[in-house]
Amino acid sequence: MSGIPHDSYKPESRPARWLHRRLPVMSLIHDALMIPTPKNLNWWWIWGIVLMFCLVMQIVTGIVLAMHYTPHADMAFASIEHIMRNVNAGWAMRYLHANGASLFFLAVYIHMFRGLYYGSYKSPREVTWIIGMLIYVAMMATAFMGYVLPWGQMSFWGATVITGLFGAIPGIGETVQTWLLGGPAVDNPTLNRFFSLHYLLPFVIAGLVIVHVWGFHTTGNNNPSGVEVRRESKEEAARDTLPFWPYFVIKDLFALAVILVVFFAIVGFMPNYLGHPDNYIEANPLATPEHIVPEWYFLPFYAILRAFTSDVWVVQFTSFITGGIIDAKFFGVLAMFGSMLVMALAPWLDSSSVRSGRYRPMFKWWFALLAVDFLVLTWAGGRPAEGIYAIISLAGAAYWFIYFLIILPLLGVLEKPDPRPMSIEEDFDRMYPQENGGDEARPDGQGAA
Amino acid sequence: MLMRAIAAACVSFTLASGPGLGAGGSGHVQDVDFSFEGPFGKFDQMQLQRGLKVYQEVCAACHGLRYVPFRTLGDAGGVGLNENEVKAIASLFDVFDPELDDFRPGKPVDNFPPNETQSAPDLSLMTKARAGFHGPYGTGINQLIRGIGGPEYLVSVLTAYTGEEREEAGTLLFENEAFPGGWLSMAPPLVDEMVEFADGSDNSAHAMAVDVAAFLTWAADPKMMARKQMGFIAVLLLVLLSGLLYLTNKAIWSPVKHRKSD
Repeated sequence: MSGIPHDSYKPESRPARWLHRRLPVMSLIHDALMIPTPKNLNWWWIWGIVLMFCLVMQIVTGIVLAMHYTPHADMAFASIEHIMRNVNAGWAMRYLHANGASLFFLAVYIHMFRGLYYGSYKSPREVTWIIGMLIYVAMMATAFMGYVLPWGQMSFWGATVITGLFGAIPGIGETVQTWLLGGPAVDNPTLNRFFSLHYLLPFVIAGLVIVHVWGFHTTGNNNPSGVEVRRESKEEAARDTLPFWPYFVIKDLFALAVILVVFFAIVGFMPNYLGHPDNYIEANPLATPEHIVPEWYFLPFYAILRAFTSDVWVVQFTSFITGGIIDAKFFGVLAMFGSMLVMALAPWLDSSSVRSGRYRPMFKWWFALLAVDFLVLTWAGGRPAEGIYAIISLAGAAYWFIYFLIILPLLGVLEKPDPRPMSIEEDFDRMYPQENGGDEARPDGQGAA
Repeated sequence: MLMRAIAAACVSFTLASGPGLGAGGSGHVQDVDFSFEGPFGKFDQMQLQRGLKVYQEVCAACHGLRYVPFRTLGDAGGVGLNENEVKAIASLFDVFDPELDDFRPGKPVDNFPPNETQSAPDLSLMTKARAGFHGPYGTGINQLIRGIGGPEYLVSVLTAYTGEEREEAGTLLFENEAFPGGWLSMAPPLVDEMVEFADGSDNSAHAMAVDVAAFLTWAADPKMMARKQMGFIAVLLLVLLSGLLYLTNKAIWSPVKHRKSD
C-alpha cells in the first residue's frame, strides 16, 4: 500500500496461507498497522485518531438515539425529553452525542490548521487534502441537520436561516430552497428528510475517511520537517521511520485518553455549556429568538457570511458589474462557500517549494495571523452583526481571502526559506541526540521526552 | 513554540466562548448558592420536597410540568419520595386520559399535566432554557463551579417585583427588575408564609423562591446526580488509563530516543 519500502505481510501458518490465497485481508490489516511512519511526528499529529474516535462514537451513540427518537414536528421535542428521562442511560447517549459533535469539530479544525502549517496539502498529498475538505463539508452538513432534530427554537430558526442561504441564489433560489425544505417553510417534511440524511451522511463520511487514509498511506505521512522519507532502500527508509504499531498507536491513544478526560468532565459536569439554552424551548414558528446563533463550530463561516453587507464597496462594485444579480445576500453566500473553496485550493495557491512552515520565516507569521483570524471570526460570529462586530467580521473575512489568494502565492516568490534538514533522521537526531556511549546514563537527563 | 502558543490560545478560547455567544438584553440576576452547583454539588432532598410543595400549591395553578413523570419523584438522587407519597401527589392532579376521553386523577406512570394557561410557559425545562448567559456574571467558565445560572434566574424573577403595575392592551403588567424587558404579565406569585412547611422551614418569599427553583432544576435535569457520578468515574478511569499509556509510550520510545553511540 505504501510507497515507502518496508517488509510486507508474509503468511506463516497453514491457515494463514490458505486465507491469504483467497482473501488477503490479513495482509491489508498488517500493512495498514505496520506502515512506516516518520519518526519525528510531533503532538499535532494525534488529532487523526481523535477524529476516528469521534466518528465511531457519533455513529454508535447516534444509532442508539435513533432507536428512541421520533422524527415528527409534533413529537420530536418530546421524544428527546423521553430519551433524557425514561430511556436507560439515554441522557448519557445524548450528551455524548451533542458534545461529541463539538469535540469532532475542535479536532478537525486543529487537524486542518496542522495541515496548513506543515504544508501537508502540498504535492503529492493534494488528493488527501481535497478528500479531507469533502469530509469537512459533509461533517458540517451532518452537524447542521443533527442540530435541527431536537426541534428546539435554535433548531428551527437555525434551519430557517441556513436554508434561506440557498434562497439567495438568483433566479432558481426559491425553487431550490423549497426543494430542500420539502415545502415553503421549515416544517415536518424538513425534519423528516434531515433525519434521514443525518443518518446517511456519517456513512458517506466513513467511506471518505477510508479514501483519506488510503491517500496518505499511498504517499506516506507528511511530518514536521516537511522532508520526505528516503526511499532508495528499505534500510534507508527504516532510519527515517518507525512502524505505526506500536510507536504511534500508543502515542496517539495516550493523547486521546488525555483529551477524553476533558471531554468526559464536560459531559459529566457541564454538558449544556456548548449548547444554546433556547434549544430547550420547543420550536415555535411564531416566535423568533432575539439572536439566532449557530453552534460554535459554524461561527467563523457564519461571520464571513454576514460580513459582506450592502455598504461594502466590493459588494457594491460586484452588484454593479453583474447588473444586480449578485446582491449583498448572495455575495455573502458566495463568500462563505468561497472561503472554504480557497482553503481547498491551497495546494495550487501556495507557490513555495518548501513544505513545512517551520522553515519559512515569513509564512510563519502570516499563518499565525490566520489562526488568530479564525478565532476572531469565531468570536465575532457569535455577536450581533452590528457596530464594531460588523467591522471586525469584515476585516477578518478579508484577511481570510487575502491569505489564500494573495499571501500564499506571493510568499513562495518573496520569501527566502531557512535551511532544512537533509532527512527526517537528521531532524529527529537534532531533538534526541545520540547519547554518550558506555553504560552510564547522562546525568543531566538531556534528550528526555 | 508558535504552534504551542496557538494551542494554548485555542483551549482558553474554547472554554471562554460558550455561553457568551448569544448574550441578549436581560435584567439583573442575583447569585444564589445552591447545593447542587459544581462537580461535587448534590441536590438537597428536603429542599426539593419543599420546592415541590411550592410548585403544587402556587405555580401549578398556571404552569404545567408536562415532561416530568410522577414516578420520577421517587427516584434516588432526586426528590426521593416513597411509593405512597408518589401515588398521593399524582392523585392530586387531574390528568387527561385519551382512552376514557376524560380527565381522571393521576397515577405514578403519568406525567404532570400540561397547563394551557395563556402565556404561562411549561416549567419542565425552564432552568435549562434560561441557563448560561442569563446567569450570574453573564458568561464564562463559571458554569463548572457556579451551575448553569437558570435557577438563579428563576429566583430573581420571582423576587424582583418592584410593585409597579400598568395596563397594556387589556393585560395587567408587573414591573420586574430581573425579567428581560422589565415588565411581565405574571403577578407576584409568592407572598411570605404562603406555604406551610411540615418541618417549619423558612417560608419567606425569598426562601420559597430558592426552594422552588431547586425543585425545577431537578425537574429539568433529573439525572444530574447520575451524570456527575458518571463524570467522576469516567474522569478517574481515564486519568488512570492516561497514566498507564504515558508510561507505556515512554517505555516504547525510550530505546529510540535514547540511543547509545557505539
